[in-house]
Amino acid sequence: MNIHEYQAKQLLAQYGVAVPGGEAVKTADEAKAVAEKLFAAGQKMLVVKSQIHAGGRGKGTFKSGFQGGVKLAKSVDEAHEFAKAMLGQVLVTKQTGADGREVKTLLIASAEEIKKEFYCACLLDRNTSRPIMMVSTEGGVDIEEVAAKTPEKIVKETIDPAVGMMPFQARKLASALGLKGDLINQGAKLFLGLYKTFWECDASMVEINPLCIVVTPEGKEALVCVDAKIGLDDNALYRHKNIQEMRDLGEEAPLEIEASKFNLNYIKLDGSIACLVNGAGLAMATMDIIQHFGGSPANFLDVGGGASKEQVSAAFKIILSDPNVKGILVNIFGGIMDCNVIATGIVAAVKETGLKLPLVVRLEGNNVVAGKKTLDESGLTLITGDSMSDAAKKVVHAVTA
Amino acid sequence: MAILVKPDTKVLIQGITGSFGARHAQLSIDYGTAVVAGVTPGKGGQFFEHGGKKVPIFDTVAQAAKETGATTSAVFVPPPFAADAILEGVDAGLDLVVAITEGIPVNDMVKAKRAMIGKKTRLIGPNCPGIVTPGESKDSHGGCRIGIAPGYIHKKGHIGVVSRSGTLTYEAVWQLTCRDIGQSTCVGIGGDPVNGTSHLDVIKLFMEDPDTHGIIMIGEIGGSAEEEAAAWIKQHGTKPVAGFIAGATAPPGRRMGHAGAIVSGGKGTAQAKIEAFREAGIGVAETPSDMAETLVRLM
Repeated sequence: MNIHEYQAKQLLAQYGVAVPGGEAVKTADEAKAVAEKLFAAGQKMLVVKSQIHAGGRGKGTFKSGFQGGVKLAKSVDEAHEFAKAMLGQVLVTKQTGADGREVKTLLIASAEEIKKEFYCACLLDRNTSRPIMMVSTEGGVDIEEVAAKTPEKIVKETIDPAVGMMPFQARKLASALGLKGDLINQGAKLFLGLYKTFWECDASMVEINPLCIVVTPEGKEALVCVDAKIGLDDNALYRHKNIQEMRDLGEEAPLEIEASKFNLNYIKLDGSIACLVNGAGLAMATMDIIQHFGGSPANFLDVGGGASKEQVSAAFKIILSDPNVKGILVNIFGGIMDCNVIATGIVAAVKETGLKLPLVVRLEGNNVVAGKKTLDESGLTLITGDSMSDAAKKVVHAVTA
Repeated sequence: MAILVKPDTKVLIQGITGSFGARHAQLSIDYGTAVVAGVTPGKGGQFFEHGGKKVPIFDTVAQAAKETGATTSAVFVPPPFAADAILEGVDAGLDLVVAITEGIPVNDMVKAKRAMIGKKTRLIGPNCPGIVTPGESKDSHGGCRIGIAPGYIHKKGHIGVVSRSGTLTYEAVWQLTCRDIGQSTCVGIGGDPVNGTSHLDVIKLFMEDPDTHGIIMIGEIGGSAEEEAAAWIKQHGTKPVAGFIAGATAPPGRRMGHAGAIVSGGKGTAQAKIEAFREAGIGVAETPSDMAETLVRLM
């Protein structure tokens, strides 16, 4: 699960990580009130930031024509105007796709003078099965490019989960960024807090880009997280009630939300051939084979190991609510799953939805004989495939014919 | 010979009284696997009865192993308790723990893996279909089936299969069996980002096993385990290997069902893995329907 920047900063602040002062607002009047408060506290400049789950906000364009989803404001009035221009509008960035996302929340935060930008992230290193913290002096830019062109500019510390991040590791990272004097200690404290956030919240990633040396209104240098992104491990959400409440359904595709209610793993794609498969690997491979034979997959859909008749029926309804779908491929290799349960579910779903689109079914595995019998005796006009490639060819043919 | 488990391997099942564990305990018993014990805390002293067999249930893995001589465990315990169950098997000194459970928090596995350093136990999984070493009887009965794979699709023989995905493993196995080609052992290593045994670990075991003459390696997007295995095969491989990578059409940044199946930061793409396979001389199946055929051509 992903959360908004302002929520990520709330979590970080709880673990003692320095973030710019500010508040999330949902109306322009609230934005004005927060701006008044921050300017009254001595801030010279504020930033008004659109809160959506996508990058490239600063360079994005609103469908209204307003440029930029992140704006600097020198006065209360300016902050107020920006808030009015952004709230309720749809922001399109390079990561949102053409549909864009509606901005429902803004983060109004103090914007201090930035002296230097760094990059910092904590994530799982799959090679060692341990968390790593990585920092780079190349902040504010695309870190993938840094990794590709100048990998020596990324410094990593592997963390032993038995002891957690040690202060010396945090100091090493601070030193690698060239921090001196008091900033070394500020950096070390920040990295330790960041690791604690990562570990205790069961995050899959905490990314700070940029991490900045700023000059405070009092003229002092300080290290703060100017932007923050946190992804959470879905498997661990059950033990974090506070984080579960941060889920923003408005940022998720409606069909994917519907699917998750039935414990179905559905991801919408742009193609015309829907697939319903058991097992993630087979579901991916089914998408691949559709493309291999000249079709394009409309979705990823894993009905899981123990699919019930109700789940299959729900899966069909979800698939059919995608208007691009021109044909359906059901590919089941029953390990845990009883093929007859699937067959019964298919028959019920086809009757219930009055399906008119071509449907190709390939069944194999536990209780397959009974499953095939159920399909045969249903009186439905479905096409059966003997193998994956046979079924894929048939559905591609049916859709293009 | 086979790898990891043999038909006479004594198996205990953690979570044998849950509906999921019970169903697959029954299927394993039907397959002829030596299921010698179950473990469910609080139900010690009871029996798990199926097909005329009475399997004793114990409160702890240590007791079960001591009383029955079980050396291998299958973990069907729900996600919040699964890491604990795995480490209980490690503590009992088992040779092998096979964790079927899907949905274990990643940090739990990070801790469990750290705690396993220096221990003799090998972990397979989690989030995996398990292991099958097919038996000699009809429909491969009499073999060792640990986990959730359909037993009848197997056939005793000389091909090793290793995969992150369950259903793709069955697909490959079924393609082999339909061509009358048997398997030495089939291993599902699981779809999570942190797992106990990697592609490479299994590949090494297959290369050392005189009973395995060829290998099918199935991978998917995410991480770099397939690339590592390919690099090793290029240097040290002595047997033909066919491979398939799932997820060429997966959109970047999205988790495709498996917690570990994600292309992030341009890393872990199907293209990169397929290239690594080709470079290592691994026969790449163009479609998942061609996995067995690709290996046959190499042999």
